[in-house]
Amino acid sequence: MTVILGQTFTGISIGAVLLLIALGLSLTFGQMNVINMAHGEFIMAGAYTTYVLQKSISSAGISLLVALPVAFLVSGALGALLEWLLIRRLYLRPLDTLLVTWGVSLMLQQLARDIFGAPNVQTRAPDLLTGNITLIGGDDPLSVANSRLFILGLAIAAVVALSLTLRLTPLGRRIRAVVQNRDLAEVSGISTSRVDRTAFFIGSGLAGVAGVALTLVGPIGPTMGTNVIIDAFLVIVVGGIGQLKGSVIVAFVLGALQSVLEYSTTVSVAKVLVLVAIVAFLQWRPQGLYTLRTRSLV
Amino acid sequence: MNVLKGRSARAWAGFAGGAFALFAVAPFALSDFRLGLLAKYLCMAMVAVGICLAWGRGGLLTLGQGVFFGLGGYAMAMHLKITDAGPGNLPDFMQLYGTADELPWWWRPFENPVFAIAATVLLPMTVAALLGLFIFRRRVKGAYFAILSQALASAFAIWLVGQQATTGGTNGLTDIQGFFGYDLDDPVNQRMVYFVIAASLLALIALARQLIHSRYGELLVAVRDSEERVRFLGYDPANVKLVAYVVAAGMAGLAGALFVPAVGIISPALIGIVPSIEFVIGAAVGGRASLVGAVLGALAVAWAKTALSEEFPAGWTYFQGLLFIVALAFLPGGLASLTKLFRRRRAVAQKSPVIPVGEAA
Repeated sequence: MTVILGQTFTGISIGAVLLLIALGLSLTFGQMNVINMAHGEFIMAGAYTTYVLQKSISSAGISLLVALPVAFLVSGALGALLEWLLIRRLYLRPLDTLLVTWGVSLMLQQLARDIFGAPNVQTRAPDLLTGNITLIGGDDPLSVANSRLFILGLAIAAVVALSLTLRLTPLGRRIRAVVQNRDLAEVSGISTSRVDRTAFFIGSGLAGVAGVALTLVGPIGPTMGTNVIIDAFLVIVVGGIGQLKGSVIVAFVLGALQSVLEYSTTVSVAKVLVLVAIVAFLQWRPQGLYTLRTRSLV
Repeated sequence: MNVLKGRSARAWAGFAGGAFALFAVAPFALSDFRLGLLAKYLCMAMVAVGICLAWGRGGLLTLGQGVFFGLGGYAMAMHLKITDAGPGNLPDFMQLYGTADELPWWWRPFENPVFAIAATVLLPMTVAALLGLFIFRRRVKGAYFAILSQALASAFAIWLVGQQATTGGTNGLTDIQGFFGYDLDDPVNQRMVYFVIAASLLALIALARQLIHSRYGELLVAVRDSEERVRFLGYDPANVKLVAYVVAAGMAGLAGALFVPAVGIISPALIGIVPSIEFVIGAAVGGRASLVGAVLGALAVAWAKTALSEEFPAGWTYFQGLLFIVALAFLPGGLASLTKLFRRRRAVAQKSPVIPVGEAA
């Protein structure tokens, strides 16, 4: 029983990390249909921001709290810059965007290597987040790491904040309008290019927040973004574009699947099996779990 | 008809020129070391031929060619490791780990040279056919396809690393000494491998050119440019794409198989996400839709990688990133489009129609 509960919680926490990473993508890829391979490097930028802040602020707890908004701004600014420099020229060529942003991601990785060195670095987690909470005591105890709980909370908060922004604010209304019908939005007086840049800023900023969270569970290195980005893209592909709830569900399902398969086989076999499961799922729903209903053929 | 004749004559001249350079000039002009490097670059160019077909002509951005390259490479390397070890012995790395007493069952068929050679091409083609069938039938396309193909590369590399005892793990299959009875340390035999690779590349180019200029080639471009219209005309775009994908996979498999004797190693680092995307950049720089452009682009990028990363390792990464950005954002047709531009100017002057380079959607 505890094994099942433990695996479930591992799955949920893998899912929470996946969700945080994929959330920014669900805005840039899911809503704007831009495949930004440099998204992983925005995560890396968020992680290094935490690292730098911890060098100047001695208290790990305060530096982590400061890092959340700062990383959002740093990665968001990088994203807005990228959008302005390159991506806005490529909105009609999604596949070329993929390769161009891959080039950007290579350069950002090398930049990180030049600034911080090739070896991974570590941050100290605040004392509050280093321990475990025992959920079930007795002979067969089940305890979960505080840092994992924190990430779960952060992921939930980020989802709520993003969906409220999209649903309730004027900015969110404009973003939805542009996603649903760009031309109509444009003639209704919305500056679509400005909306694009703002949406990109938010999506990239969320990557920065994910980067802060990742410092709690792993080392910070130049290639940390590449390692997670594909899983994040798969979440969006399976979740379907245009809606957040698909990504949320799929992140947790894939997390649980990964956890169960890793438990019953090995990590490497689990990766292959998850991919097989995804291809099989796409047989059933080629457009993903949820998708915007359109009458278009493609 | 005259145009066709002119084009075909030009193609013959280019083909003969390439063959002359590969067989008559390079072996005498280059040192053994440089010739070995050229052999490696030619393998990259073979992959680029397939990418030109699948991506340039078919609009299928495949970011997983490393998988097929790797399948071909491992199939060849497994056979060579078995023959290196001699009858009854295990390959050296298996003895080192000491986990297996005998060959794993899925290694056994590779003892047979005919099976191994056939597998270098057929194995990648089978995998591509299976995956392609599932993906294209359900009309998963564009970016989704690109991401899935990349996920395949990632999963395959991770799986190889995980199976240390039977695949050599991160190290891969290294230190390959013999090639069907020929000692690879001997420069004469290395030269022979070079000739095999050069001949294979030329054969693949000829094959791809025939495909591109056949009715199938026209259909492939039509699917790239307007898939729905092709469907309404009564063709099944899934099959058209599948053929391009499978042929490209076979080409990458052959390239991987010949890469092994030329370089003496195959490892997960040569076939994962990063190398897979590096295969694409060569074709993109030279011109994805142009066979000559893709091949020359792949050669140039592979050469630049060696030349630059020898001198400044960090500089190469920046340069590679810039290549992606400049080639795709500002010159989507690659360097080949520059000659097209020139030709179009001339054609406009002569008032004859030109076929524009279509944009992959």
